Amino acid sequence: MENILETKNINKYFLDPVKFHVLKNISMQLKHKEFVSIMGKSGCGKSTLLYILSTMDSDYDGELIIDGQDMSHLSRNELARVRNEKIGFIFQFHYLLPEFSVLKNVMLPALKLGRYDEATIKKKAYEKLELLDVLDQAHKKASRISGGQKQRVSIARSLINDPKVIMGDEPTGNLDSKNAENVFNVLRELSHIHEMSMLIVTHDLDFAKKTDRIIEMGDGSILS
Amino acid sequence: MFKHIIDISKTHLLSKKKQTIIASLGVTFGISMFIVMMSFMTGLNQLLDGLVLNRTPHIQIYNKTEASETQPVDRFLDASDQLSHTHSIRPKRRLLRIHNALPIISELRANEKVKGATPQATSKVFYLAGSNNLNGIINGIEVQEEVRLFNFKDYIVEGDVNCLLKKKNNTLIGSGIAKKLSLSLGDKVQVMNTEGTIFTLEIGGIFQSGLADVDDVQSYVSLKMAQQLLGAGTNYISRIHVKLHDIEDAVPVSELIENLYDVKALDINTANAQFDTGSDIRTLISYAVSITLLIVAAFGIYNILNMFIYEKMNDIAILKATGFTGQDVMYIFIFQALMIGLIGGILGLGVGYGISAIIDNVPFNTEALPTIKTYPINYDPYFYIGGISFALITTFLAGYLPAKKAQNIDPVEIIRGQ
Ligand SMILES: Nc1ncnc2c1ncn2[C@@H]1O[C@H](COP(=O)(O)OP(=O)(O)O)[C@@H](O)[C@H]1O
Ligand SMILES: [Mg+2]
Repeated sequence: MENILETKNINKYFLDPVKFHVLKNISMQLKHKEFVSIMGKSGCGKSTLLYILSTMDSDYDGELIIDGQDMSHLSRNELARVRNEKIGFIFQFHYLLPEFSVLKNVMLPALKLGRYDEATIKKKAYEKLELLDVLDQAHKKASRISGGQKQRVSIARSLINDPKVIMGDEPTGNLDSKNAENVFNVLRELSHIHEMSMLIVTHDLDFAKKTDRIIEMGDGSILS
Repeated sequence: MFKHIIDISKTHLLSKKKQTIIASLGVTFGISMFIVMMSFMTGLNQLLDGLVLNRTPHIQIYNKTEASETQPVDRFLDASDQLSHTHSIRPKRRLLRIHNALPIISELRANEKVKGATPQATSKVFYLAGSNNLNGIINGIEVQEEVRLFNFKDYIVEGDVNCLLKKKNNTLIGSGIAKKLSLSLGDKVQVMNTEGTIFTLEIGGIFQSGLADVDDVQSYVSLKMAQQLLGAGTNYISRIHVKLHDIEDAVPVSELIENLYDVKALDINTANAQFDTGSDIRTLISYAVSITLLIVAAFGIYNILNMFIYEKMNDIAILKATGFTGQDVMYIFIFQALMIGLIGGILGLGVGYGISAIIDNVPFNTEALPTIKTYPINYDPYFYIGGISFALITTFLAGYLPAKKAQNIDPVEIIRGQ
């Protein structure tokens, strides 16, 4: 099975306040339809790695290949396009635009991509909201819904452009166990039924155990 | 393509109504002051132009009284090998009348640069009223040409300007003279010419130029009457006043006239050199003040947009994380700046027009301009076009730097900071 995402010897340093080797020779693969979790102690570099994999951070050494395309030499605008089209990102905090409606939040990345007309995008956004069981919140302002609902909406948003891979940085970290369970089930279902690859950073061992594979990180390197 | 960017900008502006309104009002203030200042100042300038320029001939033609450059002795001596000194040169005694004035006038009138040329016959007189004698001048004019070329009608405060055409001995008397001699419309006034002959004139109107020097001594009669006062024929003309289509031609045309005829031609630039400077300085001051106001408004916009961007840091990070480019984000903020400029600018045009209209209706009475009743306002559409353009340009510039900053914000920095 082909790799949807692959890294070869990624190294990253922070120079401020002192030179600090935060990621050391990271080489990993994520296969099509695979659901992988990343675990490791706080401060070991999980978030830093995820920002690189999601193309938001381009300040590193090594190779990053997404969907067969080398990311190392792309311009910032080209990277934005890759992020828009192929990657769905779920943050730990519910990153929604507070003044926009839930529906608009979900629609915006698709409006940017411009693959479909607005009516089609709206229809798709409703479908994603329904999938995440927050359809009834569609016309509320994003700042007016609960934490669990916000996280579902941000998952719906990450799905709107039918990305190849979904990345999450502790998406359940701020949720109670019931909501966390729900979010996990949604992600599971997405990888199975909708054939998306998942790369999820988590602290929750129960969550991780249910995924296809666990990548164990420690001190900037992959342990197993 | 830009639709969703406009959409995002609008939502941002609407969610921060207070700041949007304050920023727009800054622009409104700047633009409306610009319009009021310019309309009022140039209105005033036009009024003063009217006061001086409209009634001043562009070229005045009269007889030379200067000494000839070539003295008789120079004609006999060859300047190259003989030296001559002539002390205390005086001009030759000459008549006040212009030689061949009538042909000159008709030639001038045929010139395409000339809007009109009017003959004047000036006579020194005494006004006699009981025991009072008053020194004065009586000017014979072609009244309809004076009305057409020099707004003569504007200075008639009583009576009818055309009375000069109806009866030969009708006169338009200076308001200062009328006051001093207690004369009013319809009264008779006796004048004595330099030869001692007495004429009786009837007051058909009173004129007031606003310049006391003129109003206290001068009266107008028809050209024929003046020639009769002077005891001269119908070809006696002491001055010719010329009005051109374009005031800029005054110098070349006056030079041409001096070359063609044996007369002195004084152009308006030489006669009123200091006048233009004053007018220019007033315009300069109004520009300086308005531009200062707009720059202050621009700083306000700069500040508020900077604050917008600071508050919208998270939004910027989310947009970039979900695939919006730096340019998209920059356009969002530039569009917001332009919206503020457009709303504030259009409001500014309205407010500026309103204030101008109010000023236009404030009573303003001045001796100098009997026909002016309210403050002068110049409703030049260019001020409005200039105002809105300036609003858009300054808000664009004020928005550009903060927008550029937003373009370069690194989303990872912000997400990591949480
Ligand atoms: N901007 C930064 N400058 C310097 N050091 C940083 C910066 N961001 C993170 N770090 C350090 O890098 C290490 C990895 O951080 P991070 O990837 O956030 O860890 P994790 O997500 O695994 O908890 C930490 O030791 C953290 O202190
Ligand atoms: Mg982290």
